[in-house]
Amino acid sequence: MMIKIKTTDRYNITTLRSFMTNILSLLAALVMISIIFLIAGVNPIYAITEIFSGSFGSFYGIKETITKAIPLILIGTGLTLAFRAKFWNIGAEGQMLMGAIFATWTGLTFGGALPSYIIVPLIFLAGFVGGALWGIIPAILKIKYSINEVISTLMLNYICAEFLTMLIVGPWKGKTRFGFPGTDNLPDPAILGLIPGSRIHYVTLILALICAIVLCVIIYKTRFGYEARVVGENPDAGKYAGINFLKTGLILMAISGGLAGFAGVGELAGIHHYLGYPASISSGYGFTAIIVAWLAKLNPLYTVISGIFFAGILVGGDAIQISLGLPAATVEIVNGTLLIFLIMGDYFLNHKITIQFSDR
Amino acid sequence: MEDIIVLTLHRAMVAGTPLLLATTGEVICERSGILNLGIEGVMAIGAVVAFIVTMTTGQPWLGVFAAIAAGMAFSIIHAFASITLQANQVVSGLALTMLGLGLSGMLGKPYVGKPLSIKMEDLVIPWLSDIPWLGKILFTQGPFFYLAIILAFASWFFLERTRLGIQIRSTGENPKAAEAQGVSVSRLRYLSVIIGGGFSALAGAHLSISYSKSWIEGMTAGRGWIAIALTIFALWNPGRAIWAAFLFGGFFVVQYLLQPLGISPSFLAMLPYIATLFILLLISLKDPRKLNAPAMLAEPYKRGER
Repeated sequence: MMIKIKTTDRYNITTLRSFMTNILSLLAALVMISIIFLIAGVNPIYAITEIFSGSFGSFYGIKETITKAIPLILIGTGLTLAFRAKFWNIGAEGQMLMGAIFATWTGLTFGGALPSYIIVPLIFLAGFVGGALWGIIPAILKIKYSINEVISTLMLNYICAEFLTMLIVGPWKGKTRFGFPGTDNLPDPAILGLIPGSRIHYVTLILALICAIVLCVIIYKTRFGYEARVVGENPDAGKYAGINFLKTGLILMAISGGLAGFAGVGELAGIHHYLGYPASISSGYGFTAIIVAWLAKLNPLYTVISGIFFAGILVGGDAIQISLGLPAATVEIVNGTLLIFLIMGDYFLNHKITIQFSDR
Repeated sequence: MEDIIVLTLHRAMVAGTPLLLATTGEVICERSGILNLGIEGVMAIGAVVAFIVTMTTGQPWLGVFAAIAAGMAFSIIHAFASITLQANQVVSGLALTMLGLGLSGMLGKPYVGKPLSIKMEDLVIPWLSDIPWLGKILFTQGPFFYLAIILAFASWFFLERTRLGIQIRSTGENPKAAEAQGVSVSRLRYLSVIIGGGFSALAGAHLSISYSKSWIEGMTAGRGWIAIALTIFALWNPGRAIWAAFLFGGFFVVQYLLQPLGISPSFLAMLPYIATLFILLLISLKDPRKLNAPAMLAEPYKRGER
């Protein structure tokens, strides 16, 4: 008997099929993660239950999960636009930090004299500008000088992190920090309000949800969104259609970077209240958001769901670090495995696989 | 003064060694048409495996071989996703980096902060090491340095002069034509990704058992990413990679040289990354055509598709 495996392209991909593929990929990843946990000598069922009960199983966990979902939704939303144009923005970490730097300057300079309803929009605007500027640089480098954006966005991450460190140990070092690196706290009007009993800075949460909706409209309903998709899917056709690549690229990277900048402002003014070490501000959100965007199938609205899901993994990951004594890298293993299985799953979404048994 | 210059250049060679190894591997991989952004992760795996094996057995070369084997096995994940399943290579590579950094952190946790007592002696090349200046810089180095240079030359020869190497390049330039010649594109791409993984892991082994003689999480510190930039800088040629890597080794070392002059350490730490962007910009300004990557880089190949 012979077994023949035949693959054919699948053209009609329904939302349901796409959703089911994601779920199955996640389950397969969960099996793989369990194997890794087993090898590491940890009971996988216990560990995975701990992750999800740590994040979704208690009121405290849910509050923390939403808090961490805010930057993930914002950055992930921006990435959906960039990735649709096949613009591989790996630099959200740097764009987030640049947003926080611009917001810090604005907050410290004007914050004391202005009421909250003026200074808060102002620091968000500054953060958007900072992130957008840091996002535009790789766009120019790519389109005008054909420099690979994966490399440039990554290098800009490192450069921004060092630049920030330079500021907080040097000219911006706060008088209230007793010699430790970091700026002074932002003045009170610039600090974002929290939902009582939690760390959820609701202004940024609402902003994130609005951004997800607005980006959905931009991508599916505007000429610009259409052009961005053409640039990604069929650049030659785009050239013939007279799409201005430089303009499209600049705008989409300004939006993508700007949303990361928003996320930076949220972390700064909602959580930390001062500019400290870069790793504490960005905490890897820029990289996790890549998976958020991918799980959302590059649809900005779905980033809300996938953002909450991955925030849950971050919160649950913290929980098992404490209860099982696992290293911080555990979350990265979970994330990396999930991402690999998600992209592998795409193959089964785009291809129909039939197994034929024949006697010949 | 003379001593300082010689010492600086000597250290630049040491710092450039892992960059050269990883770049050579990435050149081979990219020449076959597969972009592997996972080498930062493979490097971390190589570093931790080499460290653990060396520490438990006391045999550094056993550690090196274990690291290479682990790196090769680990990069099969990327090969499977990007070749067999035609997945997006950018995302697959990123996933490999996350996974590699994570797994290495988990494996290496019990070993953090433990120093390695084994010392890899410098190989002093007779006669040549007596040459003033150069002898100290080039011919009194650790074994990894010589290995990296020999492997870079060998890889150049392999890609340019051997039948298999030419076939690998043809799968990166025109896989359809290669397949028509009876070459199995996917087999050669698997081979190239796996070889590339071995090189990255070797680079990691150098970091943990020779360069710093310790293991800390995230000790690769972006070197894998710089190697990807160096691949472009070297214009996909292992020969050019040699001086490119040592130039960048210099950017790493010059930090320590300039620090006593009162320049901000953070600013100096930016140098390798700024230099990467600056040099890519220079190449592009001088002759943009030179930045032509292998024609089918990062394009999945589907058999039988017209």
